[in-house]
Amino acid sequence: MSESSDAINPIKEAFNRHIEDLDTAPAWWKSSKAEAFETFENIALPTRRDEPWRFATVKGLELDDVKFAALPSISDAASLVARSNFIENFSGRFVFGDDQTLQADRISPELAEKGVIWAPFREAITKHADIVKDYFMKQKADLGSEKFAALHQAFMENGALLYVPKGVEIEDAFVVYNWSINAGSAIFPHTLVITEDFAKVKLVEANLSATEDAAAFSCGVNHIFAGVGSTVDYTLLQNFNEQTLGFQLNSNVAGKDSNVKTISVNVGCKRYRSETHGQIKGSGSKVEMLSLAVADNEQEIDQRTLQTHSAPHAVSDLLFKNALVDNARTIFSGLIKVDPGAQQTDAYQTNRNLLLSGTAEANSLPGLEIDANDVKCSHGATTSQIEDEEIFYMLARGIPREKAQELIVYGFFEEVLERISCETVAENARRIIQNKFTRRSK
Amino acid sequence: MVTPNSEIEVDREKGNFRFTESHKYDAGIGLSEKVIDYICDVKEEDQWIRDFRKRALKVFESKPMPTNWATKDLENIDFDKIRYYLSGGSRASKSWDDVPDDVKQTFERLGIPENERKFLAGVEAQFDSEAAYSNIKESVGKQGVIFMGSTEGLMKHPEIFKKWFGKVIPTGDNKFSALNSAVFSGGSFIYVPPGVKVSHPLQAYFRINAENFGQFERTLIIADEGSEVTYMEGCTAPKFDTATLHSAVVELVAMPGAKIEYVTVQNWSSNVFNLVTKRAIAHEGATVKWIDCNIGSRLTMKYPGVVLKGKKARGEVLSIALANDGQHQDTGAKMIHAADETTSNIISKSISVGKGRSTYRGQVHMPKNLKGCKNNTECDALLINENSRTDTYPAITVRGNKNAVQHEASVSKVSAEQIFYMQQRGLSEGEAMSLSVNGFVNDLTRQFPMEYSVELKRLIELEMEGSVG
Repeated sequence: MSESSDAINPIKEAFNRHIEDLDTAPAWWKSSKAEAFETFENIALPTRRDEPWRFATVKGLELDDVKFAALPSISDAASLVARSNFIENFSGRFVFGDDQTLQADRISPELAEKGVIWAPFREAITKHADIVKDYFMKQKADLGSEKFAALHQAFMENGALLYVPKGVEIEDAFVVYNWSINAGSAIFPHTLVITEDFAKVKLVEANLSATEDAAAFSCGVNHIFAGVGSTVDYTLLQNFNEQTLGFQLNSNVAGKDSNVKTISVNVGCKRYRSETHGQIKGSGSKVEMLSLAVADNEQEIDQRTLQTHSAPHAVSDLLFKNALVDNARTIFSGLIKVDPGAQQTDAYQTNRNLLLSGTAEANSLPGLEIDANDVKCSHGATTSQIEDEEIFYMLARGIPREKAQELIVYGFFEEVLERISCETVAENARRIIQNKFTRRSK
Repeated sequence: MVTPNSEIEVDREKGNFRFTESHKYDAGIGLSEKVIDYICDVKEEDQWIRDFRKRALKVFESKPMPTNWATKDLENIDFDKIRYYLSGGSRASKSWDDVPDDVKQTFERLGIPENERKFLAGVEAQFDSEAAYSNIKESVGKQGVIFMGSTEGLMKHPEIFKKWFGKVIPTGDNKFSALNSAVFSGGSFIYVPPGVKVSHPLQAYFRINAENFGQFERTLIIADEGSEVTYMEGCTAPKFDTATLHSAVVELVAMPGAKIEYVTVQNWSSNVFNLVTKRAIAHEGATVKWIDCNIGSRLTMKYPGVVLKGKKARGEVLSIALANDGQHQDTGAKMIHAADETTSNIISKSISVGKGRSTYRGQVHMPKNLKGCKNNTECDALLINENSRTDTYPAITVRGNKNAVQHEASVSKVSAEQIFYMQQRGLSEGEAMSLSVNGFVNDLTRQFPMEYSVELKRLIELEMEGSVG
């Protein structure tokens, strides 16, 4: 598109302002941002002809409607903090509003003494510069959104760093709330989790909008580095309002014998693109990637996944379930890649789409690229409606059709929800899904 | 038939001017409008075909290589070094000595008669089968079936041909269908009148012998209302050819209630790029079944498709691919549902041996406002050696009411227990392996015509040799 060069200018101006505002930040941090911005400018906008963008809407990715400008101050911080209540017993909590820190609940002195680091990024870049330099944005976006990963790196200024040293096991979850508040705002949530050998940790991230109608742009990144024998459990609830354009670029590296579980619950956004890369780098590791999405009206939920097996004897299991209403569209594009030498791999990929209207559209692109022979790999993708028999069974028991359909959808999602380890988070996820249906029936 | 006018005479002069007298059936190397004029002149084609070819050439030139999704190996095709039209003398001038030893050996092992070997090796036309061809032609001809070369069909039955030609696969469908549209020659034309059920399969094998098959064959089969026909092309023996690019276009039209079964066994030698576009239209209640076996070639890209245009139409693709060292079998299927209650079924089995790579690529499309459509896709891949490779890339789009799609793919290797069990009973590891592989494809090969499944079995045994140990 020819307009794009003109459209870049406001972003460039915004970036210059962003760098000026960072006057106290270390020089290396600023220069890494400048490099990232250059990368962003050098990568062309995606087109539908690009295989990683097949079936996706690419219109609007020029980000013309996004104001990267400085935002008005946040007045209702207290109420947002009060609404950040998905978990009562947490090990640490950060509440961000339009990338400003609204509340920082630090870790207990005992955990601090064991060497656990839980820091907002603004602080981390000076206090824990070595860790940030070693791990920040060190997992490449390779599912099509390289441009937006660079944008994230250029503009990102807050987020959570969680570092768990060797052998430390933490029961209560860490939690991050990212609120999008002002209309036109651009937020760049970032969570970085690093576990040393045999550490164990849970992180919950909630991406939410303060109001129903403020159109915003969010471009989030979550990276997990799971050390030898460690366990990382990550849950993301995405419930931005339906005016928001959202990106979520997640990636994890699983070390030897580690266990990594990531679950995403996607309810909000006008258009949402999630990219999830599970990199199996250590033998004996197990990576679970789960997701559910409820899409209605004109929503588009675009999910791209990659399971890369570079080490033998590892297991990866992916399950993505989508329910679609009205004119909603979903895209699931997944690939299992087994490198030569990654023998005894067990890799599974399942995509289930439930169509609840005649005009919804579900696209599935389940892929396999297998370069080793001693493997068990399979994928399955199904798309269908609710069976008449199921509805009939409920009708016969006096449950109205609408309600029956709703109950079946809840049942459909339970397969994912029951694997969320924090019960209160699962409850909140159920509530968010139910609210969406309740809102519909009004 | 049109008598060449003076303008064409001038063009022919040009053609002759460029190439010596002894190569008058050779359009030379490279592709240009002149080559197209030459082909048209030799074949004495109508002006509309000439225009059609020239338009297609422009489309071909304007289209980029599909390397944004396909293998980069395509870039190794040098379009300027290819002979686009060869017939008669220049082909027969090859000698038996030119045929590589491994191909000769394979003939030996498959037990193919001496005469046939020479034909299959592209050395000479086999005259016995010409008689067989005319026998078939005569017996089905009594039922009103038209079975002839597409060039002949174009001349003799333009009223049927023109109506469907290029309608199932438009010129601009892809770069290679455009290429074929520009330089097509050879291929079959079949018309089956309403209600006629052709009792035995029509085989291109015989017809090819009667008229040398081109590199860019164009086949059009029309089964009129309620008729049934089975068509077979290729054979299980390796077909040796020095040509490096084959790009066919095959169009099938199944009118209401008709049934078409199209069987292909592709066993080109391993220097051939085989880039084929095959598609069918199935009208109300019609059934189209593609049976597709890909054993040979360097790179095959072939995704037989069915456009399910009429209510209750059914499309099926059964496919077997075997990729050995240096081969890439990029095959699959396309099912475009365009009417209510249409059903489709895709079963694909692939085997990768040595450094071979097999790829399944598929598309299932169910647009808005359709009711009660169903698709089932199963892709199974078997990997024999440590460095064998397999990929699966399906694309499924579903909208509409009461539609259901299921896709499943699995990748596995031959289980060590199975091999051990057979070795215990005195089979060598290699024998055990090929038995296992034959078992893997057995539920598909059982659906093939008898002689094909027998030869296919032998062929698999042959390909599996030396793959273990």
